[in-house]
Amino acid sequence: MTSTTAPVTSAPGPSPIAAFGRYFMDNLRTNGILLAFAVVVLVFAIMEPTFLSKSNLTNLVLQYSYVLILAIGMLMVIVLGQIDLSVGSVIALTGAVAAVLVKLHGYPWWVGILAALFVGLLVGAWQGFWVAYVGIPGFIVSLGGLLIFRGLAQLVLNYISVGPFDQTYYNIANGFINGWLGGNGYDVFTLVVFAIAVVGYGFLQWKARLGQLRYQQEVAPLPIFIVKLAIVAVVAMLFAWQISHHRGLPFILIILAVLIMVYTMVTQKTAFGRHIYAIGGNLNAAELSGVKVKRVTFWTFVNMGFLAAVAGVVYSSRVNAAQPAAGNGFELDAIAACFIGGASTTGGIGRVGGAMIGGLIMAVISNGMQLMGVSQGVQPVVKGTILLLAVAFDLYNKRRAGGSR
Amino acid sequence: MNDTILEMRSITKRFPGVVALSDVSLTVARGEIHAICGENGAGKSTLMKVLSGVHPAGTYEGEIIFEGKPTRFGSISDSEREGIVIIHQELALVPYLSIAENIFLGNEQHNKLGLIDWGHVNSLAYDLLNRVGLHENTTTPVSQIGVGKQQLVEIAKALSKNVKLLILDEPTAALNDNDSEHLLDLLRGLKNEGITCIIISHKLNEIMEIADSTTIIRDGQTIRTMPMDDPEVTQDLIIKLMVGRELEQRFPTRNVAIGEEVMRVEDWTVHHPTQSGRVVIDNASLTVHAGEVVGIAGLMGAGRTELAMSLFGRSYGRDISGQIYLHGQAVTLHDVDDAIAHRLAYATEDRKRYGLNLLADIKTNISAAGLKQLCSKIGWINSNEELQVADHYRGQLNIKTPSVLYNVGKLSGGNQQKVVLSKWLYTDPDVLILDEPTRGIDVGAKYEIYTHINEMAANGKAVIVISSELPEILGVCDRVYTLAEGRITGELPIGVATQEHLMALMTQEKSEQKELR
Repeated sequence: MTSTTAPVTSAPGPSPIAAFGRYFMDNLRTNGILLAFAVVVLVFAIMEPTFLSKSNLTNLVLQYSYVLILAIGMLMVIVLGQIDLSVGSVIALTGAVAAVLVKLHGYPWWVGILAALFVGLLVGAWQGFWVAYVGIPGFIVSLGGLLIFRGLAQLVLNYISVGPFDQTYYNIANGFINGWLGGNGYDVFTLVVFAIAVVGYGFLQWKARLGQLRYQQEVAPLPIFIVKLAIVAVVAMLFAWQISHHRGLPFILIILAVLIMVYTMVTQKTAFGRHIYAIGGNLNAAELSGVKVKRVTFWTFVNMGFLAAVAGVVYSSRVNAAQPAAGNGFELDAIAACFIGGASTTGGIGRVGGAMIGGLIMAVISNGMQLMGVSQGVQPVVKGTILLLAVAFDLYNKRRAGGSR
Repeated sequence: MNDTILEMRSITKRFPGVVALSDVSLTVARGEIHAICGENGAGKSTLMKVLSGVHPAGTYEGEIIFEGKPTRFGSISDSEREGIVIIHQELALVPYLSIAENIFLGNEQHNKLGLIDWGHVNSLAYDLLNRVGLHENTTTPVSQIGVGKQQLVEIAKALSKNVKLLILDEPTAALNDNDSEHLLDLLRGLKNEGITCIIISHKLNEIMEIADSTTIIRDGQTIRTMPMDDPEVTQDLIIKLMVGRELEQRFPTRNVAIGEEVMRVEDWTVHHPTQSGRVVIDNASLTVHAGEVVGIAGLMGAGRTELAMSLFGRSYGRDISGQIYLHGQAVTLHDVDDAIAHRLAYATEDRKRYGLNLLADIKTNISAAGLKQLCSKIGWINSNEELQVADHYRGQLNIKTPSVLYNVGKLSGGNQQKVVLSKWLYTDPDVLILDEPTRGIDVGAKYEIYTHINEMAANGKAVIVISSELPEILGVCDRVYTLAEGRITGELPIGVATQEHLMALMTQEKSEQKELR
C-alpha cells in the first residue's frame, strides 16, 4: 500500500498555473461553489447594470437576511441527518406573537421580541422532543409542525394582518447605522467596520495557515493563498464602498454577521458541533463513542426553533407587519441553500459558510431576475434547476474523489 | 483440467494518485477452485471488480479473455450475462423480501400476461435451495435467517443465473465454523458440477483444504500462482509470499504480569431489546485483572457482542440485572458516556457500522470518544492539540496514511481497525473490550494488532478479547471464558485449553448444561 500512495506535500509545481489547476481540482467542492457564486454575480452584473448599484446591494442584504438566518439552523439540522419543514410557519407564528403583544396589547418592542424568541424555543423543544425522545423522523414531525404552527399563527392573528410596528421594531430589519464617524456623501463607519473585518479575517486565515504548516499539513500554495485573500478583501471593500454611499451599514447585517461567526465557531470548534457531525456521519458509532444522541438532537431542534424565531422577528420587521401567510415556503429556500452550499443529503457533511454562499446564490438569482423583470413563473423554475444541478455536481464530485471530502 | 476458462493479461488499474494493479495476470482453469490471497489493500478486490465489470472496460489497461473470447464488460450485468457472478463480502440481499424474491430479483419469471408467476418462482427457488443444501421455506423473509444461510441464498441466486465462474469475496469471514464447513462442502459440490470458482480468503487453512491452485497478490502485483497439490506449498509459504517477509510466529510473545482485579461482573442478565421475555445473557459472571488478557470465545449468536455492549453503558438490551464492580467498587453505568468516564472502552466488531464515521477524517475519528480532553474551559476544541494526538497515535500504532487529515473510509481494514483502537486508547481506559479485533484484516496487520494488545496489557490495562477464531484466543489470551447461548459455560487458564475443549464448551446446549449441573 505505502509504495503506491501518492506523496502528500505538494512539491513545488513546474508552473504556477499547473499548481493552481491542481489545487483547484483538489478542492473542487469549496472552490466550485465560490466560482458558481462569482459567475452568477458576473452574469447579472453584465445583463442588468443596476444589479451592482448602491441601492440594490443594500436591498439584497435586507431582502434575504432572514433566509440566511434560517439556513444557519437548517444546516445544523441537515448535518444531523434530519430536516425541518416547519420553519416558514414558525416565522409566521413568532412574528404574530410579537405583533399581537406590541401592537394590540401595547407592550414595548423588546417584550415582543423576547416573547417571539421564547415561543421559538418552545416550538424547537416541542419538535425536538418528538424527534429525539419519541423517535419520529424530523420530516414527519416538522410536516406536522408546518400545519400546526401555521394554524396557530392564523389563530393568534385572528386571520388578519397586524401592523405597522413602532420605529424601533421597524429598524431591526430596515434601520442603518450611518454618520457615526461622519463622511462626505459616504459613511466612514461602514468602511471602518468592513476594514476591521477584512483585516481580522486575513489575520485568522494567516494564523490558521501557520498552524497547518507547523503540523506539516497540505496548504494552498502561497501565491494562491494571497490572491484568495486579496479577492476577498477587494470584493468586501467594494461592497462596503457601495453600501456606504447609500444609507450606511444595515443593522441586520451586523446581526447576521454575528450569527454566522457564532455558529461557525459552534459547529467547528465545540464538542456539541462535533457531535452533530458525528451523529449525521454514523449514528451508531456516535452513540458507542459516548455521544448523547438524544440530547444533541433535541438541542439542535431547539436551536432551529430559536433561529426561526429570530428570522420571524426580522421578517415581520422587514414587511412591517405580521401576516397569517408570512414565511410561506421559506423552509424550502433555507433547505436549498444548505444543499447548494454542499451539505450532504444524508447528513454528516456541510458547513455554515457553505450554506451562506448557497443562500447568497439563491438570493442573487431571485434578485437579479426580479430586476430584469423575469416573469413570476420562471423564477422558481430557474431556482429548482439550480438546486438539482448543484446536488448533481456534488455527487459527481464525490464519485470522482472516491469518497473523499 | 488444462482447459482455461479465464485469462486476465497484464491488467493495470490506476486510481488518481495510486496504481492499484500493476501488470497483474491471472489464469484460471475450467472447473477448478482458485484461491486469491493477499494482504488487505493488495489489490484482490480491485482485480475482481475489473473482472466483473464494476470497473468498466476502458478504465484499466490489459486484456480479459473469458471462454476463449476477449471480452470488454461495461457493467456487472454484462459479465453476469456471460456467466460471471461475484458475491461480495457485504451481502446484497433485500432483508424484507422473501428468499425466492431475492433469488429472482432483477431476473423475475413472468407468465404470458407479463405478471410474475409465483408458483413457478417458488418451485424454481425450492430446487435451487435443495442444490445449495438450504432447508428453509422459500417465502421466509431473508432478514429472518442467519448470515450463513444468507450466503447460501446468494449462491442460489448465482446458480439461477447459470453461473460458470463464481467469485466469492471473503465468503466465510462472517461465518462460524459449522457454516463455513458447510459452505466449503457446497463449493466442492459445485466444482463437481463443473462450476469454476474464485475464492478470496484470509483463512489460510480453508484455502489449504479447498483450493486447487492459489495466486498470491502483493502491492498490486502477482507474486506467484501455485498448484496446491505441490507438497512445498504450506500455510507458512503462503504467508511469507503474502507479506513479503518471514513471519516466524503468528502471535507475539509477552511477559505476563497480572495485577489486581479491575473489573468483576456478577449475575449479569440481559433481555432482548424488542422481543420481551427473551433472555440474551443469562447470569454471566466474570473477572478481569490488570495486565491480563481475557478471552471470550463463543460462536456467532452466543451473545458475545450483546454481553460486551450491555456492559458498556447498557448500549444493548433491556431489563438488565446484575452488578459491575470496578476496582472493587460497585458501579452503575447508565450510558456510554458514563462507561467512558469510568474508563471502560469497547471496540466494536463491525468497524464500518458501529466504529467509525466514514465521512470524517482520521483525526476526527480518533478524537471522537475522548473529545472532552481537547476542550478548553469555555468549551473550544483545541484543534492543534487534536492534530498532535492523532499524529501521535498514527506513529504509535503505525497507521499507514500520509496524513491524519485523510478520510478514514480510504484506509484498508487493518488501518481502520488501528484508528478504532487509537480512539479508545486516547480515552485512557482501564478495561478494554475488543470485539473481534482482527476480523477481516490480513496476517501482517493481525500481528501488529496482537502486539498492541500485548502493549496494552503490559501498561496495566485489563483487556477482554472476544473472538470466534480459536487459534487467536489461544494465541493472545491468559484466560478464557466460553459462551454458549448467553451462558458462560466454562473458564479455563490458557495453559490447559485446547481448541477441541473450547469448541466442546462453546457448542454446549442448554439441556446439556442442566444435566451437568
